[in-house]
Amino acid sequence: MEKFILKYFTLIRTIIAILVGMIISVVLIYLISEMPAYSIKQFFLGPVLSKGRFANVIENASPMIFCGVAIAIAFQAKQFNIGAEGALFISAAVGTAFAVSTGMPTVLHVIMVLVVAGATGAIWGFIPGILKAKWGASELVASLMMNYIAYYGGLYLINSHFRDKDAGFLVSIRLPETAWLPQFMPGTRLHLGILLAVIFAFLGYYFLYHTTSGYEIRTTGNNQKFAKFGGMNIVKVIVLAQVLSGMLAGLGGMTEVMGIHRRFNWQMSPGYGWDGVIVAIIGRNHPLLIIFAAFFLSYMRVGGQILNLMADVPSELVLVIQSVIIILITAEAFLSTWKNKITIKEAERVEVANESVTQ
Amino acid sequence: MSPLLSSIFSTGFAFAILRVMTPLLFPALGVAVSELAGSINISLEGIMLMAAFFGVIVSAFTGSLFLALIAGMAAGVMMGALLAYFHLKMKADIIMGAIALNMFAMGMTIFLLYIFTGDKGSTSSLQSLVFPSIEIPLLKSIPILGEIFSGHNILTYVALLAVPFFYVLMFKTPLGLRIRAVGQNPHAAESVGINVDKIKLYALMLSGFFGSLGGLYLSMGYVSWFSRDMTAGRGFIAIAAATLGGNMPLGVLLSSLLFGFVNSIAIYIASLNVPSELIQMIPYLVTLIALAVFAMRAQRIKNRVGEIQEHFDEDAVKAVVKDVLKTGGES
Amino acid sequence: MENILQVKNITMVYPTGVIANKDVSMDVKKNSIHAIVGENGAGKSTLMNVIFGKIHPQEGEVLYKGEKVSFKNPNYAIKAGIGMVHQHLMLAPDLTVAENMILGIEPKKGKIFLDTVNALEITREVSKKYGLDVPVDKKIKDLPIGVRQRVEILKALFRNAELLILDEPTSVLTPQETEILFETLINLKESGKTILFISHKLSEVKRLADTVTVMRDTRVITTRDASDLTEEKIAHLMVGRDINSGRIGEPENPGNIRLAVKDLSYVDDENVQILKDISFDVRAGEILGIAGVEGNGQSELISIITGLLKPADGSVSVDDNNIIGLSPRQIRELKVSHIPEDRMENGVADMASLEENFIVDRYYKSEFSKNGKINWKYIKDYSVDLIKRFNILTQSSKTAAGALSGGNIQKVVVARELSSNPELIIAAQPTRGVDIGSEELIHDLLKKARDDGKAVFLISADLDEILKLSTRIIVIYDGHITKQFTDCSNISGMDLGPYMLGVKMEEGASGKIHS
Repeated sequence: MEKFILKYFTLIRTIIAILVGMIISVVLIYLISEMPAYSIKQFFLGPVLSKGRFANVIENASPMIFCGVAIAIAFQAKQFNIGAEGALFISAAVGTAFAVSTGMPTVLHVIMVLVVAGATGAIWGFIPGILKAKWGASELVASLMMNYIAYYGGLYLINSHFRDKDAGFLVSIRLPETAWLPQFMPGTRLHLGILLAVIFAFLGYYFLYHTTSGYEIRTTGNNQKFAKFGGMNIVKVIVLAQVLSGMLAGLGGMTEVMGIHRRFNWQMSPGYGWDGVIVAIIGRNHPLLIIFAAFFLSYMRVGGQILNLMADVPSELVLVIQSVIIILITAEAFLSTWKNKITIKEAERVEVANESVTQ
Repeated sequence: MSPLLSSIFSTGFAFAILRVMTPLLFPALGVAVSELAGSINISLEGIMLMAAFFGVIVSAFTGSLFLALIAGMAAGVMMGALLAYFHLKMKADIIMGAIALNMFAMGMTIFLLYIFTGDKGSTSSLQSLVFPSIEIPLLKSIPILGEIFSGHNILTYVALLAVPFFYVLMFKTPLGLRIRAVGQNPHAAESVGINVDKIKLYALMLSGFFGSLGGLYLSMGYVSWFSRDMTAGRGFIAIAAATLGGNMPLGVLLSSLLFGFVNSIAIYIASLNVPSELIQMIPYLVTLIALAVFAMRAQRIKNRVGEIQEHFDEDAVKAVVKDVLKTGGES
Repeated sequence: MENILQVKNITMVYPTGVIANKDVSMDVKKNSIHAIVGENGAGKSTLMNVIFGKIHPQEGEVLYKGEKVSFKNPNYAIKAGIGMVHQHLMLAPDLTVAENMILGIEPKKGKIFLDTVNALEITREVSKKYGLDVPVDKKIKDLPIGVRQRVEILKALFRNAELLILDEPTSVLTPQETEILFETLINLKESGKTILFISHKLSEVKRLADTVTVMRDTRVITTRDASDLTEEKIAHLMVGRDINSGRIGEPENPGNIRLAVKDLSYVDDENVQILKDISFDVRAGEILGIAGVEGNGQSELISIITGLLKPADGSVSVDDNNIIGLSPRQIRELKVSHIPEDRMENGVADMASLEENFIVDRYYKSEFSKNGKINWKYIKDYSVDLIKRFNILTQSSKTAAGALSGGNIQKVVVARELSSNPELIIAAQPTRGVDIGSEELIHDLLKKARDDGKAVFLISADLDEILKLSTRIIVIYDGHITKQFTDCSNISGMDLGPYMLGVKMEEGASGKIHS
């Protein structure tokens, strides 16, 4: 038992953190709702009680998966990249501009738009990456600045050059149909992008855990001096991690445009990059766990929206729970006394076992 | 003169810069305190939201401006203390802790807003107070200066006074000296008997204090209500302003002015059908370039003397800010 | 003369079970300069930390000015009048000298404000009082290291230190700065202070100290007047060993030169000359040991040979390939392997599995990966094999390296470095902090490597290890070679000691050493 707990300690701690978050949500709902039982049911089961809502969960999870994997790759290299939001925004804008200015047969067009968007995101990751790797400039501040540059640059591009003047809002011209990602379930907005998100999560997993470059990234994040000692080129590794991170976030933004709105319609930054940070933390920087984390977060969000509509509890409840979960997951001191006790117990057990062998 | 230029050179424009700058300067000072203590606080966004919210609510329910001020400041300081607790006691990464706090503040304010008012958008249904604007007796009658500098909200003057206050606090008091020592070499501070965690706690509480004034200004000066997410990223812009200002009082004031200037210009030219986005982008671009230049310089210095140089060169920052203001003014 | 400090029967055991001080007693006379000498690991730093209240011994007591004291933490020691100047200076780089000086006990103006004028004045006064010249309003980062150290000393004096402890104060200084420091210390003694300093450099000890305490292997060997001792005598007391009996057998005839180091010099960022004109060779089939007290340039020498540091001058070649300017990987490609001196810093990634730790230098080779895809299945078998061959105690090959004991972590490092089929093995402190069993295993492996015709370059602060394994020994002191022993079958620590401590020096030793 002790051995099991120690082996899966981080996972167990994550689950406990999530449970604590759930308990707090129940308590809060009880405190403010006139009809707590109904509200709680809506929050926890609402998303699965209708096809449309469940589709919403999956739709929203898609960019979260992209951004979560993007952030995870940077975090695995111990790079504090919070630039996924900017990479997503600028890539979607540039990709949209490319899509509406070119005409190609459908499959090729989709691929080319994704390539352009991915490349834009890659450039967005490259800049903080090289500044950090070569000169030690804080990637946190650099990526934050890149977010704003992306936001204003993207808005400029769309509003000044690709704006749909017939639309009542500030939105881009509609993408030509050749650049659409197909929606595959009538009555929902489920589109190919979700599949791509899952595929890229698997690719991200494969990359991090089964390729030499992924190994380099993880080793560098683990102990940079050791990586250098072993002969790795640290500058190259850090830049690669940031470039891939930017690329994935960029793809996340573009698939959202190509699959759901079919035009660039963000006047505010959509926040998926920040969701990516949350999802990466909950998913422990593991791309496959991130798929679940993204569904979990998306599920909570949709649950919150249902609460908002159907019951008398504001959906921002979810933000409060999120923050509690993140604190509990990232706080090393959380449950550490418990872990230490188990470690000592286990060590004693092993010692006793060893002694009985030698006797 | 073109309409753009005539707008920019109007006293009304200069007045607007100060107005727009106020909710940036406070949190930028808040970030600077935390940076000087070596524990960057990126939760100013959340701190301001909380202060803005509690200021409005308390003023609406008590009718007391003084109590509202106390409540707002207490909310901000508490948030700073909470971040210190997560970081120092719970051993959470300070960045993650701050991200969580920002989310917490955003959710909590809307949540409470709904409980108190039944509305999720804003407190427009409440009769909340605002801090008064004041005319400065002598200054008021001087032609141009009077129009620019007189008649602001009292918190704008407080913000301007906060700069020398920050300077005195950080550079002329024992606490400030200790905060800087802890930020530069915690072991050195520890070796002379300073409790490093306590000093960091104070610094983060101070950070929350400065941030809280920014939040109070937003909901009780800039406008007269609280609305959801009303900080609109100012807490993050503050990080840029503090970085560009080299975490030094004068630098932070100048960089906040730059951000205020650019944001005001954006508002002005929006009506002229000129794309404002590119102009709004400038300060971030400048901050990024400054960050890169300082890092390269620091690397050179490091190569020369082998000393890790994590803090920016104050004079260089000032020079860059000056350049930017000059070129920004000409564009 | 009365004693300012008395240490009685101190025994200190660390939580890890390591005994660092055993029944240590020592008297320090008031108003004297008292030196503590001893090899690495003799227990000097532990003793200083006990006196300063940083750690608390299991047994024994400390008497300060005749009264029994037990400082809860260093603050109490400071208040009682003990000051410590650490090897790594405790100063805030962006603060001025005066600000560093008054940190924690700031003079105030009107109860709230810092009295900067007074701070400068105080600093000037203290500086003048002790004749230690410092630029009071300059930032620390703009000052050379010698001046910074002076600030550190002043800081302690300003806090009314009567007993000043200095931990290897000259190790970071240039010769000129050292001269100035000595004058300072002598002046301080004359003004009534007591100085306790740790040193490895016997010439310094002899010149400065009134009393010398020699420590060896966690115990105090003797405390005597310096005038009763010669440098040779101190060296003898410090290393005092019997002729070693555990020597591994002598090798067959050594082969070709594998590693050739010529006229190598290195100057660090602070402009201190760390290595001076070092020249030596290592041949196939021999173990060349470098003996020396730690901090005499060994770490830098290894870093240069393995491509982690660039020298100021000189050449290093492996099998006739000049390796200066090559990356660590390019050097490893020349069949060089490297057991680093600090296993946790460079040797392993503690959160990564053993498998991942085994392949850090070879994952890109076709055996372990193809077209960028890592072959974990193969690596698992490979790791299990290494675990078995090197007798590593672990639950599985997936266990995180950090979960193993120190000895087993070191075996992981050794297993990796010896299994890459190297022709030149650089082994730095290969058995530091490991249990006896692991030590024997590692020694056997190095001997086997030698017998298989590998060139082994052994750097160790453990004299027994050097004497046991080395075919030839060179002694390094203060960045240059003071002696080479080509026949090691009959020498003892006694023979090495004087050269290690700079007491004796072979005329032109470093130039001559080419076998």
